[in-house]
Amino acid sequence: MKIIVAIKQVPERDAQVRIDAAGKWIDESDLQFALNESDAYALEEALQLKEKSGTADSEVIVLSAGPERIGQTIREALAKGADRAINIACDDLATRDALGVARLLAAAVKEENPDLVLTGLQSEDLGLGQTGVILAELLGLPHATLILHVEVEGADGPQARIKVKRELEEGWFQEILMPTPAVLTIQSGGNKLRYATLMGIKRAKTKDVRQLTAAALGVDAVPVVVLDRVTLPHKQKSTQMLSGSPKEAAAALVEKLKFEVRVL
Amino acid sequence: MSGILVVIEQRENRITRISWEALAAGQRLAAQTGVPVTAVLLGADTASLAGEVAAHPVAKVVRVEHALLAQYTPDAFTLALKQLIEKESPTHVVLPHTYQVRDYAPALAARLGQVLISDVIDISDGPVFTRQLMQGRLNGAYRHSGSGPCFVSVQAGAFRAEAAEATPVAAKTEVFNPQIEAVQIRTKPGQPFRGSSQTVDLGSAQLIVSVGRGIKEAENLPLVQDLATALGAELAASRPICDNGWLPMERQVGSSGQTVAPKLYLAVGISGAIQHLVGMKGSQCIVAINKDPDAPIFEVADYGIVGDLFEVVPALTEAIKAAKQ
Repeated sequence: MKIIVAIKQVPERDAQVRIDAAGKWIDESDLQFALNESDAYALEEALQLKEKSGTADSEVIVLSAGPERIGQTIREALAKGADRAINIACDDLATRDALGVARLLAAAVKEENPDLVLTGLQSEDLGLGQTGVILAELLGLPHATLILHVEVEGADGPQARIKVKRELEEGWFQEILMPTPAVLTIQSGGNKLRYATLMGIKRAKTKDVRQLTAAALGVDAVPVVVLDRVTLPHKQKSTQMLSGSPKEAAAALVEKLKFEVRVL
Repeated sequence: MSGILVVIEQRENRITRISWEALAAGQRLAAQTGVPVTAVLLGADTASLAGEVAAHPVAKVVRVEHALLAQYTPDAFTLALKQLIEKESPTHVVLPHTYQVRDYAPALAARLGQVLISDVIDISDGPVFTRQLMQGRLNGAYRHSGSGPCFVSVQAGAFRAEAAEATPVAAKTEVFNPQIEAVQIRTKPGQPFRGSSQTVDLGSAQLIVSVGRGIKEAENLPLVQDLATALGAELAASRPICDNGWLPMERQVGSSGQTVAPKLYLAVGISGAIQHLVGMKGSQCIVAINKDPDAPIFEVADYGIVGDLFEVVPALTEAIKAAKQ
């Protein structure tokens, strides 16, 4: 089974994000970046599918678009066990809308004819949650979203049928049968994530990374929806901050819990 | 172009609360743009639900009916709505931001050359659509720049459902039968089922201590368990804790877990991504302990302590024990 995993590099979760001078995006100058969490789960699911399949021609290809810094995240994915990668150089990712990004990825996926395309259900920076679904639409493939687990029904290989476990709201789930090729967006928590081994890190250095550019793929970047302005959110409630040493703050909170919230 | 379409969602033959919120959002857009609101229901038979929707201030209710819409599939819903949109040519299509809408609306918009503005929390003049960025740390103001319908999905709780109150005169109702062939539906959905049997009912708990990523390692959980025990509270968690298998899924609060509204919700090391907030923001009193003063959890908290949870939590446990003696 040939599996493409579309991954995104996003600011690290604990990073202090600041609005840039133009008020249009975040200031990326001092930020640390990491692999988007649900994309990490998509990669893990792909690697496990490959390991289970056991056929010699199974492979996992990571695909990412972004500026030069994404090379680091791609290497990390290769170190975890992906076989090769496609890197679409693109410096205007943040100003492209979801359709613009999906068009880039679709152009690269088409050349590979994979059996499965996996990606995380949403990114931690923009949180649009749409790339995978639009990708399926552009490729003319069936899709399913919020998937925790993928199982191949019957024989592996091209035209295989799969059974996926989809998460619904409030603790409900659903199984869906579908043909391949297909696109799945992966929810976090379905698997335990692996770490890169020392051997994996070494081998990643020699793995093939195909370099593409947005221009070469011939995908225009005229957006339908535009992010005009980035602002700090309004506070929904007036929060009473309890300051002092941990002990003082704890004592102040106990007072509140006792006399105002009345739960002690 | 003729108006605003609002897609109403149902579950077990009941209209969901977030659908009324989507209708309120549609009415806000209508007030700004001066065009009528049409409510849309999809299913095999939506007659009784249509009656309920028609009692609300809408110009028209469209029943999009087909045997192949009885059970949701992204293919059937996308085909049906695309045909309706081509017939009605709306200015805007407003949808509730649910797991179902997330599954088909991006494809529907793309099929029409459009892009869904997803998970919107506010609509201001322009119209300008506000949605959250960076896990709720920032807001982004979006606008639709192309021609053709603008697709918007609205976040649960962001618009007041009461704004969509009933009117005495029922709106007119139409039936629209889309063309859908069985072979066009590529996925075969099974019946929804519950995960593991629920033995913890967080929904009825009066006091909840909830733990998030800030706890760093499973080995540190006893720290928070001790606090819960001292307080006589149930222990709950945000998604990452359950994803890691540190606590069972049934203790998860948020959009994919349980929705709770206790007297006290004490959030320890939880940054407050929207998926978590929707599950607990109805709590009577929210206390947050977090090292990041900009964490979104403080936006919904009544009391906050900015500090290292590994220092604050033990101090709080001791103070509660002392107060209870």
